[in-house]
Amino acid sequence: MSRTSQISGDAAPLAFNEKPVADARPPRFVSAGTQSHRLSSGGQIDRKQPLGFTFDGKKMVGFAGDTLTSALVANGVKLIGRSFKYHRPRGILTAGAEEPNALVELRSGARREPNTRATTAELYDGLAAQSQNRWPSLRHDVMAVNSLFSPIFVAGFYYKTFMWPAKLWEKLYEPAIRRAAGLGKASGEADPDHYEKAWAHCDVLVVGSGPAGLAAALAAGRAGARVILAEEDNRLGGRLLSENGEIDGKPAAAWLADAQREIAGLANIRIMTRTAVFGVYDGGTYGALERVNDHVAVPPAHQPRQRLWRIVARRAIVAAGAIERPLVFPGNDRPGVMMASAVRSYINRFAAMPGRQVALFTNNDDGWRTAEAVQRAGASVAAVVDSRGVVPEAYRGLNLRQLGGVVSEVKGGVDGVRSIVVRDAAGRTQQIETDCLAMSGGWNPNVALSSFQRGRPIWRDDIAAFVPGQCPAGMVMVGAASGDFSLAACLREGHAAGTVAAKDCGAKGKAGEEPQGDDEGFAIKPLWHVEGGKAFVDFQHDVTASDVKLAQREGFESVEHLKRYTTLGMATDQGKLSNVNGLALMAEATGRDIADTGTTIYRPPYAPVAIGALAGHHRDENFHAWRLTPSHHWAAARGAVFVDTGLWKRAQWYPIAGEKDWLESVTREVRAVRSGVGFCDVSTLGKVDVRGPDAGTFLDRLYINTFSNLAVGKARYGLMLREDGLVYDDGTTSRLAEDHYFLTTTTAKAGPAMQHLEYCRQVLWPDLDVQLTSVTDQWAQFSIAGPNTRDLLKNLCDPAEDLSNEGFPFMGVREVSLRGGMRARLYRISFSGEMAFEIGVPARYGEAMAENLMRAGAEFGVTPYGTEALGVMRIEKGHVAGPELSGTTTADDLGLGKMMSKKKDYIGRAMAGREALVAPDRQVVVGIKPVNKTNRLRSGAHIIPKGAAPGPDTDQGYLTSVCYSPMLGHWIALALVERGRERHGEIVRAYDPLRGEDMEVEIASPVFYDPEGGRQRG
Amino acid sequence: MRIACPFCGERELGEFTYLGDAAPVRPTAFAADGAEQPDAQDLFFDYVYLRDNVAGDMDERWYHGGGCRSWLTVTRSTTTHEIKAVRAAAGAGAQKLAKAGATS
Repeated sequence: MSRTSQISGDAAPLAFNEKPVADARPPRFVSAGTQSHRLSSGGQIDRKQPLGFTFDGKKMVGFAGDTLTSALVANGVKLIGRSFKYHRPRGILTAGAEEPNALVELRSGARREPNTRATTAELYDGLAAQSQNRWPSLRHDVMAVNSLFSPIFVAGFYYKTFMWPAKLWEKLYEPAIRRAAGLGKASGEADPDHYEKAWAHCDVLVVGSGPAGLAAALAAGRAGARVILAEEDNRLGGRLLSENGEIDGKPAAAWLADAQREIAGLANIRIMTRTAVFGVYDGGTYGALERVNDHVAVPPAHQPRQRLWRIVARRAIVAAGAIERPLVFPGNDRPGVMMASAVRSYINRFAAMPGRQVALFTNNDDGWRTAEAVQRAGASVAAVVDSRGVVPEAYRGLNLRQLGGVVSEVKGGVDGVRSIVVRDAAGRTQQIETDCLAMSGGWNPNVALSSFQRGRPIWRDDIAAFVPGQCPAGMVMVGAASGDFSLAACLREGHAAGTVAAKDCGAKGKAGEEPQGDDEGFAIKPLWHVEGGKAFVDFQHDVTASDVKLAQREGFESVEHLKRYTTLGMATDQGKLSNVNGLALMAEATGRDIADTGTTIYRPPYAPVAIGALAGHHRDENFHAWRLTPSHHWAAARGAVFVDTGLWKRAQWYPIAGEKDWLESVTREVRAVRSGVGFCDVSTLGKVDVRGPDAGTFLDRLYINTFSNLAVGKARYGLMLREDGLVYDDGTTSRLAEDHYFLTTTTAKAGPAMQHLEYCRQVLWPDLDVQLTSVTDQWAQFSIAGPNTRDLLKNLCDPAEDLSNEGFPFMGVREVSLRGGMRARLYRISFSGEMAFEIGVPARYGEAMAENLMRAGAEFGVTPYGTEALGVMRIEKGHVAGPELSGTTTADDLGLGKMMSKKKDYIGRAMAGREALVAPDRQVVVGIKPVNKTNRLRSGAHIIPKGAAPGPDTDQGYLTSVCYSPMLGHWIALALVERGRERHGEIVRAYDPLRGEDMEVEIASPVFYDPEGGRQRG
Repeated sequence: MRIACPFCGERELGEFTYLGDAAPVRPTAFAADGAEQPDAQDLFFDYVYLRDNVAGDMDERWYHGGGCRSWLTVTRSTTTHEIKAVRAAAGAGAQKLAKAGATS
C-alpha cells in the first residue's frame, strides 16, 4: 500500500470555480411512513420488521438492524442534543462507540439511563429516548444564550472567575454551574435490573471482528487454539459491514457470511458479540463488558442487563480498528456535519441517507470513498473539498464537483447544515448548498488497549497518526489498529497473528490460507486547523482550537496540563476523536512536532462501564457475604434485633412486648443475668485448634504470657502484641491435652489472627512441630452467666458431672456429658464478671442448644442476652475490648503490663520496650463517672483538665467505651487518660465539641462492679 | 494477576493477601545462650520498619488465605508485575511434600 503523504506527481491542482456536476441517477428513497431518508434497497436492516420508537415523545419508525441513530437518520432527524457548555445544537457525528454528541436518555422511570451513546443503542420496539441538557425544549434552549458569552467562557473560565470569595464556591457558584452545564440526569431510583460477573479463559483472545479480527480468529481457530472472539457490535464484521470491497474474489459481504459460517462451525471459537474489551490487566487478564440485554426494553426474567467479564488469555490479538478524525474548522459542530466514514456506515449498513446533497471535506484519500458511496446510493454530491488541492488517482473517474481548498464556514441552525463556504489558498470563497457535510481528517489507530500498561504510542508521519508502541506482554495489534489501513494488510496481519498465537499456545493444526483483499492506498497531508471562527476540537466538552492556543499562552503546554486546563478529552468519549487534534494544535502553537508533544497517559476503561456492572450481585443485602451464628434462626424467631459485626449478624438485644427502647431491653437483660441467669451466643469468636508436641512453645512465642506451663484442663487469658510492640489481640486459650490447645481470638480479628498464626508457624518457626486448624465455624459456643448458672447446668448436664467449685474450679475446662448422652466442652470463664461458663457443641446443634438452655433455665427465669448487654457487663467489669485494643495501646496501657513475661522472647517483646511505649505519661485505661449522675456520657468525648481551654495541648485522652450501668444506676465509661492510674478520684471534664457537650467527670478505677471478683469465683 | 500456588495451581489474585518483602529475617530478643540481646531493639527496629524500595525483581510474602492458607514466597517484578517464581514457605507443607517424595 502507499504510505506516502505526497499526492501523485502528475496530479493537476484542482480548479476552484468548477461548475456543479449534474447527478447521474435520481435518489432512491422510500417514500412511505416517517422514514424520509431511508433507501429503498440495500443495507443490513430487515424492512419486514418495523420497530416503533419515540424521540422526545415524537413517534417514529425504524427497522430491525437499526441503531437509534441510524433510525433517526432515516427519519431525517438532525438535531439530537445540546452541547455541554455553550448549549450549541448538536447532531450525529459518528456511527460508533466514539460518539461525543448524540447522547440521549434512554428508557424512563427507574431504568432511565443518561448519556447513552445513541450510535450504539440498538433499536427495539417501543424504545423511548429523550434529548439532554436543554430547557424548555431541544429546539428552544434558553441556555443557548451561553453561546453569546462564549468569548468569556474560555478555558479555565470557572477557575478564573469564581475564585472569590471562596466560601461562595460550594454554596452558590458550583451548584449554579452544575445546573447550567452537564449532560443527562440519573433516574435517582434504584436500578431494577441485575448485573453479573464472570470469568472466561482461552488461548487466544481476538478483540474486534473486522477483517483483521476475523482473519486472526479463523487462523487460530482452524489451528485448534481455544479462541474467544469479542465484538463490541451486535454482529460480526467491523468495517466490512460499512464498506464495499472484495476478499478472495468475492464481495466482502459474501466473504463475511462464509467466515461467520466457518467460525460458527468451529467449537473451539467462542463468539462474544455486544462485548467491549475495555481494559488490560496483569498476567493477560482482560476486562470486558457484555451488554446482554441493553437491546431490549426489559431484560427477560433471570437474565442480567450486563455482564462483566474477566477474560484470561495466553495471547491477545487486538484488531480494534481505527477511528476517523474530525477536521477542525469553523462550524464543524453543526448538526449535519458528520464523519465521512459514518456517512458510509449509514448508507451501506443501514440504508439511511444522512443528506440529499452531501458535501465532503477531506485531507486524505480515504474520505473520497464517501463521495463514491453517496453517488452509488443515488444521492447527489454537492462538492468534494480536498485541502490538498488534488484528486487521488483512484477517484479521477468520478463525475464530481471537486474543489481545492478548505471549508471556512458552515451555515445552518437547529435543522442542520444549509450551506458551506469554501475558501481556496488565495482567499477566494464560494458558497455551496448542502444538507450534510462529511469530513475526514485521517484515521487514528485505536491504540488504547496497547497503551494501558504505559506503552507509549509512536507517531508516524506518513499516516499522520499514532501507532501502538510497546504492547503489554502477550498482546499484538493488527490491521488498522496498528496503522495498516488497507483491506489486504488487515487480512494479512490478522491471519499471521492468529497463526503465530495458536502455535505459541501449542495448537498443532493448520491455519489455512491467508485471505486476499483489495490493497487500496492511503495518502494524507495533515490539515490541523482552519482559521476563521469557532472550530471545535472536543465536541462533547466544547473545547475549541482557540482554547488550546489560550492554554498554551497561559503556560499549560504539557499535554497533561492541556487536558486538565481545558478538559480536552475528559468527557465520556475520553478524547477518542479529539485528543490527536488537540495535541497537534498544541504542537503547532509551541513549535514542537507531534511526536515530541506526545499523548496523555491512557487508562482503562476504554468505554464507559456502569458501576452496576462492576458491582455485579454485590449490592443491597448482598453487598457482602453474611455469616449467621448457629443460633441465628432461633434468635430471629424470638424477635432479636441484629447488628453487623464484620460479616456476622449478631443478636444485639431481645426486645419483649412493652419495652419502649433498646436501653430498657438491655437494662433488663443485664439485671436478669446479674440476679439470675442468662446466655449469649459467642460463637463468632475466632477459634483455632493448636496441636503438636511444640504447641506450648509456639503459644509462648505468640503471647506475652506463658502457655507451656498451663495445666491440662485449664484456661488462661492471653494477650498478643504486634511485632512493633502494640497490642494485637486477646482471648482465652485452653489446654485440652498435653499437645492440644484451643485458642480463641476476638470476633474482629478471627481472620487476620489466623493469618498471623500461620505466618508465625510457616515462616518464622517452621522447625516447630505444630499444626493449626481454624474451627470457628465448627463450634456453637454459648456463654451462660449469672448466679444461677450452675443450677441451669445441672439441668443440662449428666447428673454424674461434678460442677461444684471444687469439681469444676474457676478457669477449669473439660469435656462433659449432657443429659441424653451428647458430649460438650465446658469452660469456666467469665467476661461478665458473674459466675459463668461457656459451653461448646458442634455448630449444627447450636439452635437445639439454645432451646435446651431455655428449657434447662426456665425455672430460674433464664434470659437470652445480646451483644449490648454483653458490652455493658464487660464495661462494668472494666474488661477491655475492641475500642481499647485500638492498635495504639500497649499491654500496660490496658493495665495488663504485669502479664509480660521477662523470661522468654515473644512477638513484640523487643519493640514494646521502646522509650515512647513505656513513657510514664501514656494514656491508660481508667473508669469515668459523671459528677452529675443524671448526665449521659458519650464515647469519643475528650478528657480536658478543669479550667483548661480545650485544644490539642490540653487534651488528655478520650472516652473509649460508654454504657448505662444498670447496677450503678448511671452512665459509666472506660477511657484512655494520660497518667490515669495515678489520678483516680480527680475531677476533669468530658468535652464533646461534636455534640456541644462539656461536663465534669470523675476518674475512677475501671472495675466498677464487684472489684474483688468474688462473684465469678463463687 | 495470577499466582501459581504450589499446592492449588494457578489462582486469581483475589485469593491472596500481600504482606511485603520476604528478605527481613526476624531477630530474637535473646541470644543463643539465653542472654538478653543488648541491641535487640535496634535489630527489631530494622526488621519491623526498614525496607528497600526495589525496582525490579523482589521476593515477597503472599498468603493464600482464599485457598490452602499457605504462606508463599513470590518473586515478582515490581516494575512489570511479572511473577517469575513461587515457592512455599518452609513450614507451609513443603516439608510434608518433601517427605512424601513429591516435588513442587
